[in-house]
Amino acid sequence: MKIIILGAGQVGRTAAYHLSREEANDVTVVDSNEEVLRDLQDRLDIRTVNGNAASPRILEAAGIAGTDVLVALTNSDEVNMLACHIAWTLYRTPKKIARVRSADYTERERLFGENAIAVDVWVSPEQLVTEYVARLIRYPGALQVLDFADGRVRLVGIRALQGGPLVGQALSTLREHVPSADARVAAIYRAGKSIKPEGTTIVEDGDEVFFLAARKDIRVVMKELRREEAPARRVVIAGGGNIGFRLASELEDKNQVKLIERDGRRARRVSELLKSTTVLHGDAADEELLLEENIDSADVFAALTNSEEANILSAMLAKRLGAHKVMALINKPSYAELIESGSIDVAISPQIVTIGSLLAHVRRGDVVRVHSLRRGAAEALEVVVHGDADSSKVIGRRIEDIVLPQGTTLGAVVRGEDVIIAHHDTTVQPDDHLILFLTDRRHVEAVEKLFQGSASFL
Amino acid sequence: MKETLLPVAHVFAMVMMVFAVTMLAPLVTAVWGLDPALWSFVISALATFVLGALLWLTTRRFKRELKTRDGLMLVALTWVALPAVAGFPLWHYLPINFTDAYFEATSGLTTTGGTVLSGLEFLPRSINLWRHLLSWLGGMGIIVLAVAILPMLGVGGMQIYRAEMPGPMKDSKLTPRIGQTAKLLWTVYAGLTLACVMCLKAAGMNWFDAVCHGFSALSLGGFSTYDASIGHFNSLPIELVLTVFQVLAAINFATHYLAWSQRGVRAYFKDAEAQAILGVLLVSCIGLAVFLTITGSYPDFPTALRHATFNVVSIAVDSGLHTQDYSRWPTFAPMWMIFLSCIVASSGSTGGGIKMIRTLVLSKQANRELNQLVHPNMVRPLKVGGSIIANRVVFAVLAFVFLYFMSMVMLIFVQLASGLDFLTALSAIIACINNAGPGLGLVGPSSNYGVLTDFQTWVCSAAMLLGRLEVFTILVLFTPTFWRK
Repeated sequence: MKIIILGAGQVGRTAAYHLSREEANDVTVVDSNEEVLRDLQDRLDIRTVNGNAASPRILEAAGIAGTDVLVALTNSDEVNMLACHIAWTLYRTPKKIARVRSADYTERERLFGENAIAVDVWVSPEQLVTEYVARLIRYPGALQVLDFADGRVRLVGIRALQGGPLVGQALSTLREHVPSADARVAAIYRAGKSIKPEGTTIVEDGDEVFFLAARKDIRVVMKELRREEAPARRVVIAGGGNIGFRLASELEDKNQVKLIERDGRRARRVSELLKSTTVLHGDAADEELLLEENIDSADVFAALTNSEEANILSAMLAKRLGAHKVMALINKPSYAELIESGSIDVAISPQIVTIGSLLAHVRRGDVVRVHSLRRGAAEALEVVVHGDADSSKVIGRRIEDIVLPQGTTLGAVVRGEDVIIAHHDTTVQPDDHLILFLTDRRHVEAVEKLFQGSASFL
Repeated sequence: MKETLLPVAHVFAMVMMVFAVTMLAPLVTAVWGLDPALWSFVISALATFVLGALLWLTTRRFKRELKTRDGLMLVALTWVALPAVAGFPLWHYLPINFTDAYFEATSGLTTTGGTVLSGLEFLPRSINLWRHLLSWLGGMGIIVLAVAILPMLGVGGMQIYRAEMPGPMKDSKLTPRIGQTAKLLWTVYAGLTLACVMCLKAAGMNWFDAVCHGFSALSLGGFSTYDASIGHFNSLPIELVLTVFQVLAAINFATHYLAWSQRGVRAYFKDAEAQAILGVLLVSCIGLAVFLTITGSYPDFPTALRHATFNVVSIAVDSGLHTQDYSRWPTFAPMWMIFLSCIVASSGSTGGGIKMIRTLVLSKQANRELNQLVHPNMVRPLKVGGSIIANRVVFAVLAFVFLYFMSMVMLIFVQLASGLDFLTALSAIIACINNAGPGLGLVGPSSNYGVLTDFQTWVCSAAMLLGRLEVFTILVLFTPTFWRK
């Protein structure tokens, strides 16, 4: 697939990295900073073009004619939208994805379309990250909570701890423990390495377990893996930027939210827009301020400023001062790895959260959702199967008969409104949504092939 | 050291196995022609493949993605080690020692075209085909070929491509994927070779000679199947065909690709290098023809023009095919040809030397300095063919040219110290480092490199490798930084 990425910022670079790793993709990156491009080209097998991303001449030089997907990820909403519009008007580029941050644009649906601004899909990393953090706060104890099928099914990553009834037991006993709920363990990571989850696998203390379950069953299953934690009540957010502000406005109805913002004018502006949140003007790494605001009774401390170093430091400080659970927004993957083994409970990587929504659009076959996991090493996919028993390799078959690539688990089937947790005798029907977990994303092409048997029906 | 070498050796093992497959071509020729060199090729192909496979198996657990430094290492290792493998059948079959076999194979792979063999027309066809095939494989680059056909080589990024492709600006790719770019270049190369072979056949060669000389012309190798080179044929059509294809091979293959994909010649007009090459060649050919007529080397102007054109073009673009013993021409002519061989070939072509683009950059830079003397406040970017050359590139070019000429001078001194006469030492080293082929004096067109001592032959082999890999790739291995953890 021919892909052009506009903008080599954090998200653009991560996208280029992930997309170019797949043999089938030809990636070209456009940016106005030559240094960044040279560095990128040294490390990745891509082409780079230096120039203004919204200029038709530059787009032509990048090979826009014949491109399948245009991904506009520059810092400017306007440049992104204009570039997509130019690509559609002049070259009929089939798929155009733009990063549009401002809700001013995104809440007006009629603005986008073939006869309006030609953007097929807009992504807002800030919005995605906010939702992601909000879900984590809603499920205390979870490392990751990812939506499939509009939230009907969720994939939850959780660290198993002594005290959970299932810990020390074989996976097959899960049904006896919780007869009312159904869940499927998709992957287990022990000391950083994935082990194949089978009925006889015994869950150990400290394992990172990924399971799929219907939304209503999640809490019960989580309780099996670690002692239940009280739902978060008091939330402290450091940083009143885009993400911090959105998160506060999403949580303030049900939680008691405090938001610390360093810049006086921004603090004032945020306080005007929020309803019940307590907005504080000050430094999130200021010990006295944190103590004064009873950080020791906070259930969650989320450091979401623009500076990852500041996030790490203030989160560590909050943890030491007694915050129950601390999260930090971290861009560099290497930092994230470093931190999660230390005193910070959850490292949130905006690129990894965003990249999934881009990957869904470059996958062959009808892939509606992709979540990138474990810093891009693993992937969870939601695939729609089309066709009939003759044209498809999966339809009409029982799950035990489907040959999946190594390290791949079929976790759940969504049929209309129903969520069916996959068992060996479940039969796949046309238009089912299948949720798959790949512990090694290098097998993703094999998975695509498996579901592409019905390409003519797409 | 172990951590650096073994993963590289693993990839190199794969290159070796592919290389063993190319030995099938002379092998089949040998079977077909029932020629006596058959066993030498059977043994070599098997040995190369088995050695490669063993190396591959033993280094398997060191497999990892290659880093920049590994890429340089891989290219250097391939180019130093493959001539030994490629020279094996020559050493096994012919009455020559290992030094000469290595030289011959290096001369082939680096597209130099200087030979230590005489009585070429009496060699088995398989041996001759192998010599020419080596030139052809080396022309566009062995590693580039490996990248094109082995996507699983596990080589990301541009490092390797850069280490092997000639020219100062290697960041522009034809396609996003390096493997695809390599494939396109090889397709253009193979297509032009095929066209050349057809034309040569039509011009009167037999099929075998046409294929061999087609390989020589497009790779700018310079090997021939006759001691008298193209002089053997004494045919104007053959000379014309070879002249045209040698000029084409001296132009950037990316430009050929663009011209072909746009179905027009516009790409050539946009390529400043191509224009400069054509200009320099045109002026030189006519100028030398006039000179040779006036000095009485040839009785009339048309004859002088014919011989001047073929020999000047062939030496200038670093091919080395010849029709006349031009060393007998008045000294100005052969010296001018040797000078041209240093600068004419284009970046991204199969020729050697410092490349026309670097010559252009340096002359523009010199011009800028001169202008700056008159207008101290002048701001002027350096432009070649309408595009701006960054100062970073200018510095790299300066460093390159310095290293290139220093290597040349040092190697000439080494040859002088070993007892070679001045003209032979000078011309042999220049011809080798530029991958041009025949020199003057003892190693002139009417003679060959067989007269050198073993030591002098090794020095020439080293010069060819230095020139083919554009100095940096080899010299960087001798820097302490490269080996430091």
